[in-house]
Amino acid sequence: MNETKVDLRARAQRVRGHVLRLAARGGCFVGASLSSTDLMVHLYSRVLRVTPETMADPARDVFLLSKGHDAPALYGTLVECGFLPEARLARHLSPSDSLYWHPNTAVPGVEFHSGSLGHLLSVGIGIALDARLRQSGSRVFVMLGDGELNEGSVWEACLVAAAHRLDNLVAIVDRNGFQANARTEDLIPLEPLGAKFEAFGWTCAGVDGHDFEALDAAFASLPARPGRPTAVVARTRRGRGVPRLENRAEGWFLRLTPEEAETMVAELDEAMTAEAARR
Amino acid sequence: MTAKTLTYESVLGALAAARPDVVVMTAENRIHIRGLEAWLGPRFIDVGIAEQTLVGAAAGLASRGRTVVVHGLAAFLVMRAFEFIRTDVGIAGLPVKLVGYAPGVLSDANGPTHQALEDVGLMRGIPGMQVVCPADDVEMGQALPAVLASRAPCYLRYNVEPAVVAHRRTFVLGEAEVLAEGDRVALLTYGFLLGEAMRARRALEARGISVHLVNMRTLAPIDEGAILDAARRTRAIVTVEDHFLRGGLYGVVAEVLARHRTACRLTGLGFDGRWFRPALLPDVLMNERLTGPQIAERIEAGLED
Repeated sequence: MNETKVDLRARAQRVRGHVLRLAARGGCFVGASLSSTDLMVHLYSRVLRVTPETMADPARDVFLLSKGHDAPALYGTLVECGFLPEARLARHLSPSDSLYWHPNTAVPGVEFHSGSLGHLLSVGIGIALDARLRQSGSRVFVMLGDGELNEGSVWEACLVAAAHRLDNLVAIVDRNGFQANARTEDLIPLEPLGAKFEAFGWTCAGVDGHDFEALDAAFASLPARPGRPTAVVARTRRGRGVPRLENRAEGWFLRLTPEEAETMVAELDEAMTAEAARR
Repeated sequence: MTAKTLTYESVLGALAAARPDVVVMTAENRIHIRGLEAWLGPRFIDVGIAEQTLVGAAAGLASRGRTVVVHGLAAFLVMRAFEFIRTDVGIAGLPVKLVGYAPGVLSDANGPTHQALEDVGLMRGIPGMQVVCPADDVEMGQALPAVLASRAPCYLRYNVEPAVVAHRRTFVLGEAEVLAEGDRVALLTYGFLLGEAMRARRALEARGISVHLVNMRTLAPIDEGAILDAARRTRAIVTVEDHFLRGGLYGVVAEVLARHRTACRLTGLGFDGRWFRPALLPDVLMNERLTGPQIAERIEAGLED
């Protein structure tokens, strides 16, 4: 989709509202979802060549959420982009629907299930290889968590993607600096992260993951270099948008009361208004 | 063309050449498919020694409508990549065909690192996964078209040892092959040890013991009828396998008998919770008492209990 006229900030705020309200329907991974919300909204609104109508088209672009616990942000984005009926969010965690804590293909718009970290870069390689065989021009975007980069399978896949010169494959790292219980640099340091991707044969760019104009530039011309897969390390903040959750180890998973959720939605709106005033 | 001129590579290559949806992959395990890269071009993909990526990428390809035949050493394919098989292939029920090279005793002198003696148990534990265990090169060639025609995930226990029996022409997934009827003891087996089981049968028959011999061929789906028929005829089943008893055919038969509340003596000849002493294949069989004459002796001794 290339929706240049859509107000991405407003759309992202609505997605954050969905995330917080899902947290009031049995809880969900709020912190990580709020860090990747802007990335998913931007991808679905400006980058991915896919619409609800083209979900069966082999030439569509494919988005894979490898850090599967960000499902709430994905569900919210799929609602706001017309893939998933909003009414289904009311059935979050209900056995009568398929909106549980990790994504699966029974949810319209979801391309592959996830939840176990370190899987979908490999799956993305397979889809990118299929696209190359079909010469369909389809591109594959895989969102990884920075904590997920602890998994050896990610780096195995990085080697293979570079060896097969998959320049239709893009990895986006939601670099919020945290894994479930700790700061990444305190546990298993990842820096210099861009240099690692480069050393593995990828082209890597860093970007502010909450700046839509910067994201426009980062994804403007893909592949960044022909014959190489592209990595985009997006600097983000866990809990982004809700001041009391931002950049804190707490809040990875939250179960809220409906009142707490509405209070946080109000704080979200206040913070956004204040930020707009500063701009 | 006689069965002898067909190799695994030629059968797979011909099937893949005729079906543009088929992709052949390997984790640098090429000894049995060296010619396929030239034959299939970009539909032959080698990811290097990277079993997790191999299986994940195969799932990605299969999610786009392809049938993917994946090759790796049985022990590493099934165990290193187990969670990728279970999670990416199994949960989605994708048509990825996992071909495990050198399973069971066929890893002969490599040592326990290479001994896939739990592969059948692991793979049949995945819902919807077919487990196909050809007895020899002919059955391997007969099984491949059926395996590729199915849309289900499948584990194929690679075995191209020369055939010692004339198989039926049709291979049907989930159908056992009864090679001899008898009423004193039933020998149920699969894979490489079929030849030894046949020798054991001959030795027992020579001593006046009537043997019912069944080549199970697939362990998932399992031919329950063949097991129950063997139990009804003999009331004494012996399973012979190059696998741990736990999770293997011995366990499968016990489950089937229990499910159908069928009483029957059941003896398992295989590996009871231990790896085997590495050596060249004939010495492994001798040392583990799995040659035909030794199997016959063990069975005869057991019948006297």
